[in-house]
Amino acid sequence: MADIEVKDIKYTSKDFTSSQDVRWCPGCGDYSILAQMQRTAPDLGIKKENFVWVSGIGCASRFPYYMETYGFHGIHGRAVAIATGVKVNRPDLSVWVATGDGDLLSIGGNHFIHVCRRNVDLKIILFNNRIYGLTKGQYSPTSEKGKKTKSSPFGSIDFPFNPLSLAVGAGATFIARSLDRDPKHLQEMMKRAAAHKGTAFIEVFQNCNIFNDGAFEILTEKETKADNVLVLQQGKPMIFGKNNDKGIRLNGLTPEIVDFAQGSFSINDLWIHDEFDPDSTRAHIISRFAEKPGFPTPIGVLKQEFKSTYDADFHEQINNIRRTKGEGDLRKLLFSGNMWQVNESNKINNN
Amino acid sequence: MEKDSLELHDVTVRFAGDSGDGMQLTGTQFTNTTALVGNDVSTLPDYPAEIRAPVGTTYGVSGFQLHFSNIDIQTPGDSPDVLVAMNPAALKVNLRDLKAGATIIINVNSFETKNLRLAGYDVNPLDDGSLDGYNVVQVPLSSLTSKALDGSGLSAKDISRSKNFFALGMMYWLYSRPVEPTIDWIDSKFKSVPLIAEANKKVLMAGYYYGENTELFTTRYFVEPAKLPQGMYRSISGNEATALGFITASVKSGLPLFLGSYPITPASDILHELSKYKNFGVRTFQAEDEIAGITAAIGAAFSGALGITTTSGPGLALKTEALGLAVMTEVPIVVIDVQRGGPSTGLPTKTEQSDLLQAVHGRNGECPVVVIAASTPSDCFYMAIEAARIAFKYMVPVILLTDGYIANGAEPWKIPEPDTIPEIKVKIRTEKEGFFPYLRDENLARPWALPGTPGLEHRIGGLEKANITGNVSYDPENHEFMVRLRARKVKNIENDIPDLVVAGDLDAELLVVGWGGTYGAINEAVNRIRENDKKVAHAHFKYISPFPKNTRSVLKKYKKILCPELNLGQLSQLLKAEFMADVETFNKIQGLPFKSYEIENKIETMLGEL
Ligand SMILES: Cc1ncc(C[n+]2csc(CCOP(=O)(O)OP(=O)(O)O)c2C)c(N)n1
Ligand code: SF4
Ligand SMILES: [Mg+2]
Repeated sequence: MADIEVKDIKYTSKDFTSSQDVRWCPGCGDYSILAQMQRTAPDLGIKKENFVWVSGIGCASRFPYYMETYGFHGIHGRAVAIATGVKVNRPDLSVWVATGDGDLLSIGGNHFIHVCRRNVDLKIILFNNRIYGLTKGQYSPTSEKGKKTKSSPFGSIDFPFNPLSLAVGAGATFIARSLDRDPKHLQEMMKRAAAHKGTAFIEVFQNCNIFNDGAFEILTEKETKADNVLVLQQGKPMIFGKNNDKGIRLNGLTPEIVDFAQGSFSINDLWIHDEFDPDSTRAHIISRFAEKPGFPTPIGVLKQEFKSTYDADFHEQINNIRRTKGEGDLRKLLFSGNMWQVNESNKINNN
Repeated sequence: MEKDSLELHDVTVRFAGDSGDGMQLTGTQFTNTTALVGNDVSTLPDYPAEIRAPVGTTYGVSGFQLHFSNIDIQTPGDSPDVLVAMNPAALKVNLRDLKAGATIIINVNSFETKNLRLAGYDVNPLDDGSLDGYNVVQVPLSSLTSKALDGSGLSAKDISRSKNFFALGMMYWLYSRPVEPTIDWIDSKFKSVPLIAEANKKVLMAGYYYGENTELFTTRYFVEPAKLPQGMYRSISGNEATALGFITASVKSGLPLFLGSYPITPASDILHELSKYKNFGVRTFQAEDEIAGITAAIGAAFSGALGITTTSGPGLALKTEALGLAVMTEVPIVVIDVQRGGPSTGLPTKTEQSDLLQAVHGRNGECPVVVIAASTPSDCFYMAIEAARIAFKYMVPVILLTDGYIANGAEPWKIPEPDTIPEIKVKIRTEKEGFFPYLRDENLARPWALPGTPGLEHRIGGLEKANITGNVSYDPENHEFMVRLRARKVKNIENDIPDLVVAGDLDAELLVVGWGGTYGAINEAVNRIRENDKKVAHAHFKYISPFPKNTRSVLKKYKKILCPELNLGQLSQLLKAEFMADVETFNKIQGLPFKSYEIENKIETMLGEL
């Protein structure tokens, strides 16, 4: 099957903006994600008509209506399953999924792990606001334990999913995280995902200013961001902090915070990030940083792995069989098996 | 020994034994050979839900019934003339079904204390007179098999496993069938294990010669070929026919076939069949669940495939919401429901017609889909093509109902020349000018515009859409308009399907109506009544949503209407609701098909009340 065709036309973000009024609440983080996508899309080298955006249900899932591409607004939780059908049927298309934390990880959790396992060439953008936005504010599978919401007035007792750990465990081949409030970084992650062949998963921390306002504030506000966010960079030591004065080293399998001011460790002792580390153990450790006291929240590309995609293998198998068996012949197919001829004289000839 | 020879017109045989005894294989071999000698034949495999239920127990009994004849037949036979019982449990389970005076061929070696106890017999039925009135033939099947394989070097277990070939060989002799087709089959099937191949052939022949030489059989039977229309035939099951039908629809429409499916009895064989034909470009996707199966099919259809999903009742339940999505987005997909006994897991390996109302009504909202049903194994081929034709032409999801009985049952099929099957026209929109995703053609279908087409970028989805523009719309009037439009679109299809055909006596006072897999039993019952110079008519529904246009006028003509169904009266309900027809329902919900005499007796009773 054909690769995704590369375009020769110059687009602007306007070309990707549909005529529909955007209906998210004013101030919602979804606006930024949409804007970054519309800004990035022209640079991806993909013809507009070859984009397909698929979504489930939720605020985030309205996304396809606003992109001037082919789009399919599905049912709750099933976006990646619909998208799998599109991509497997038509590997020449660039298929993207817009989904929420409830959509992808609660009702659609099964499809998510299986799409990662199969490595279908889809780009999945998770709008993680740690809340059910569209249904007006119940806790979600990414809400922190103890969260008070309409459906958990005394605090939720559920332990949350860590979407990145889940993606690592399920075998996704491109795993990244970004922030709605960091446009440049988000655009970069979108480009990296677009360039990846296989299941590309980006978790975007997205503020729902109506039902979960400020959930990611310390990660996005100027004063606190540097001390709380670790920007992962390929081949670079893991450094963070307002004055770039802190880092992370790996002691066996245990990550440790290093404070340069204390003098016992220097930059040379730090963990050098390797996106292409073939052992996903370390990607898994990074995915859990934020659960440790004092640790920063990593953003950037956790891991990228190159292996064959489901859709490519799918068609390769078909093509190989066509080559070896020859193109199917309907007449031969119908006239096969245990056959016998009934003649006029009602004599039987066996075949 | 000189034996008598006797011609029969039709025979019903049932092979029964443990699920490990190879009864399905034995029955299939007997069927294929019987088809090859030109008899008409109809089969009924009946196997337990457990793969290997405990040996020797009644719930582990697996059976295979076939009916063969020198005339055109419609059913696998009401009551067997012959039962081959490999153990006491098989006898116990099947005895009550036999014709009075039937022949019972018994593997007498297995009628010992342990097996009798496992089957729940306190006394050996061979000794207590309970089989008086039957023609009991006691054959030491196990020990004769062991003797045939003496010195073969095979293990006792392997030897025991080939005893079904002894039974098969013996039956071939008894009914004058050739052994060669099975010999050929053994050669190819066991190519890689020549020792086993040799053993099976040896046992088959031992059984055959035993039949010839034993004094237990004094008569040999033969059944002349049936007078079937001229042509090339093959034996086909409903599931095979369904698979071939969709491949044909793919070839005839020029669109790739995409199957999204999750395994479920008794539908899995369609997935298995289609997975073999990748050289037809068939795209089979074994999904993680039923919902992924249908939603992937929807995604494939959105991007230009013949998207289908195969399932059975519980799976159809899971696909409910996605079917609504296909209705709302007006994407052409086909859902095949091979019905089985319900509710819940129910009777997974048994047949029933109890998903009809689920198919017609089982969705949230006003959610019309097209529902059609196949009546016989080979009819599945034509109804699969019909399902695809309707889906494409009207941009609408279609549910094709079959059932475990016709899916697993087989019959001779006169193979059609592919050239005689019409092309399926598909309109794909490429014209940019004036395009809107919910424009309407003369069939109220919206245009099918495929991703990858420049200038036709558009969004569809499950939210209500404004007609023509396809923009999301919460307008109250628009919603009602769209609800009515979707209903009208499906209803209009009545103009594009064949009229309901009435067979039998058009001027009768009693009309028997049915749908789906009960066709054979009803047809046979009606024919028998008519042979006795009584009048009765039969109309069989293949289209249920919408009903054929002449349905009302047909129903109105008859004083009484009888509707036999393998459920509590689901078609009857639909006919009453839509046509106020005074339908008498006749039900059977035992996981088994109707026997034609059951329907015949009911017809007799009703005729008597007229
Ligand atoms: C089958 C089904 N169940 C429940 C709902 C109700 N529902 C709609 S969106 C949603 C959760 C949305 O949360 P999320 O996926 O996080 O998206 P967000 O709105 O936060 O972007 C729920 C429960 C539905 N539409 N369909
Ligand atoms: S409810 Fe929250 S997530 Fe939804 S649009 Fe409003 S701000 Fe955004
Ligand atoms: Mg959410």
